Amino acid sequence: MTKKILILLLILIPIKANALIEVDITRGNLNPLPLAVSPLSIDEESRKGFEKILKKENIGSEISNIVENNLRTSGLFNPLDKKAFLQAPDIANLKPRFEDWNLIKAQALITGKVNYVDDKLRVEFRLWDVLAAKEMMALAFTTVPSNWRRVGHIISDKVYERLTGEKGYFDTRIIYVSEEGPKTQRIKKLAIMDQDGANNKFLTLGNELVLTPRFNPASQMVTYLSYFKNMPRVYLLDIETGTQEVVGDFPGMTFAPRFSPDGKKIIMSFAKDGKSDIYTMDLENRIVDKITNHPSIDTSPSYSPDGKYITFNSDRSGYQQIYVMKNDGTDVKRISFGNGLYGTPVWSPRGDLIAFTKLHKGKFYIGVMRTDGSGERLLTENYYQEAPSWSPNGRVLIFYRETKTNSKGEGFSAKLWSIDLTGYNERQIKTPTDASDPSWSSLLSN
Amino acid sequence: MRLVKILKNTLLVLTACLVLSACATKKEVATDIQGQMQGDVYTGTDTVEYLADGVPDRVFFATNESILTTASRETLRAQAGWLRKNSNINVVLEGHADERGTREYNLALGERRANAAKDYLMTYGISSDRITVLSYGKERPVDSGSNPLAWSKNRRSVTVKAN
Repeated sequence: MTKKILILLLILIPIKANALIEVDITRGNLNPLPLAVSPLSIDEESRKGFEKILKKENIGSEISNIVENNLRTSGLFNPLDKKAFLQAPDIANLKPRFEDWNLIKAQALITGKVNYVDDKLRVEFRLWDVLAAKEMMALAFTTVPSNWRRVGHIISDKVYERLTGEKGYFDTRIIYVSEEGPKTQRIKKLAIMDQDGANNKFLTLGNELVLTPRFNPASQMVTYLSYFKNMPRVYLLDIETGTQEVVGDFPGMTFAPRFSPDGKKIIMSFAKDGKSDIYTMDLENRIVDKITNHPSIDTSPSYSPDGKYITFNSDRSGYQQIYVMKNDGTDVKRISFGNGLYGTPVWSPRGDLIAFTKLHKGKFYIGVMRTDGSGERLLTENYYQEAPSWSPNGRVLIFYRETKTNSKGEGFSAKLWSIDLTGYNERQIKTPTDASDPSWSSLLSN
Repeated sequence: MRLVKILKNTLLVLTACLVLSACATKKEVATDIQGQMQGDVYTGTDTVEYLADGVPDRVFFATNESILTTASRETLRAQAGWLRKNSNINVVLEGHADERGTREYNLALGERRANAAKDYLMTYGISSDRITVLSYGKERPVDSGSNPLAWSKNRRSVTVKAN
C-alpha cells in the first residue's frame, strides 16, 4: 500500500513540474527551493580580458556568486553547494544533463556564458526547470564591463520574477545614514550602497548632522534633513552631480521629507511655535501648500502610490497615532487603535498596506496594517528599532535597530536589518560603519 | 468609619513593606533614582551648567511631555532675570528628547519643549527677537545610558548663549 502511494507521488511530481516551478512568496518560506547556480562559463581569452580590466580572476564565477548570494538572502531559494555539481559550466549551459542536477536535488538550474566582445561584457544566461527538463527562460545582454555587479543583480531579478511571478528587488540601492563616534557626539554622513552592501560610498563628509535621506522615484535625487549652519532644514541632493539645495524658504525647522510618487513634490513637516504641520512644495513652480493645520505634532508623512492619500503620525489624540487623509488634507481619519504608540507610517508600493513602528510597554515593533487600520501584524520586536522602508516590490522591509547600552553607557550600536513581509527571514545588512535611516531605491532597470 | 480607613491604609502599607523587603536591593536602587527624579522628571544637578551664579541653563520634562514643572518655571524666571540684566545677550533654546521615540516625532517634540521654555521667558519680558529655538530631537543625549534616569536627563531644553 505505501509503495503504491510512493509510486503515485513520483508520477505526480513531474506532472506538477510540467506546469513549471513556482515559488509562493505570500507565506513564510520554510522550505526554500533548492537550486543550482552553475558558474557562468568563460573562455580563456575573455577571462584574461576581464582580468586585466576588472582585476577579477574569473568574472563568470564572480557574477554567479552575486546571483547565488541574492537568491539565498531572499530566503525563498536554497542555492546548492557548487562542489556537488557534476557537470562543467560550459557543457551545462549548452545542454544540462538533468539527471545529474536531479541527483543533487536541484529543482532549478541557472547556467550561462560570459564573453569579452569589443571591450564590452556580453552575458547570456538560462534558467532551467530540472524536474520538467525544460528551459524556462533565456536572456542575453551587453554592457560596459564595470557594470558586472549589476549584471548579477539583473539576472537575480529575472530569475526571481520568473519563479515567483513578482518583480525582484536586487538591482537596487540603499541610501542611509552612516554613524560613528560616541552616542553623545555621533558623526553622521549620508551613504549609499548596493542592496547587497557592495559599492558603499559616502555622500557627505560628516561636518554637519544629517538625517532621514529618501530617494525620489527615479532614484537619482535624495531629500534629507541637514543641520548645515545649525539650521535643521530639508535639502535636495542630486546623487550624480552632488549639487544640493534647500527646499523652500521656511522660517524655522523643516524635517521628515519624502517625495510624492510622481517625484514632483516634496512632502515634509514644518515646526513653528511648538506645532508641527505637514506641507508640500512643488519642485517645479516652488508653490508651497499647507496640508494639515492643527496645534498638535503632525509628521512622518508618506503618500499612497497613486498619490491620492497621505498617511502620517500625529499626537492630536494625546498620543502618537497613525492617520490617513486625502492629499489636500481633508477627510483625516485615525487608523491605529491598538495598545501603545504608533509612528513612521510608510505606504507599501503595492498600495494595500502601511508599515509602521510601534512602541508598547518599552518594546519597539515593526509592523504592517491595512490602510484602514485593520489586520495589524507585528513582524519583529526589539529594544529599539524604527523607520521601515519598503523594497520596490513590497515584499521586504528594511529598518534600523539600536542596542541598549550597559550600566556604564557603553555598547551602543545601530545597524540595518531587513525582514520579509511574512515576518520571516530577518537579516542584518552589513555596513562599514554603524547605520540608520535606510531608504530603498526603486528598481534601477526595468 | 475613619478608623476603618486608617486600618485599611495600614494594611496596604504592611503588604507593600512585605513585598519590598522581599527585594531589598531593588528598593535601594529605586530610592537612589527617586532622589534625582520626581515622577519621571529629572530633578538632579548632574548635567546642569550655569549661565550665571544661581541661573541653571536647563529645564527637564516628563516622557512625551512639554509641560513646565514648578522647578522649571523657577529656573526660567532666573534666566529671564539674568537676560533682563544682560540685554545684549541673545540665546538659543535647544530642545531635546530621549531615545525612546521615533526620530522624526522626537525632532518635533524637542521643538515643542524649547518653545514651552521660550513662551515662559517671553511672559517674563524677554523679546522673542533675542530667542532662537533649535531642536535636536534624540540626536544629542547628554547621558548615553539606556535607563530611566539617563532618559530623564536627556529630556531637556537648554538655554545657550548665542553671542
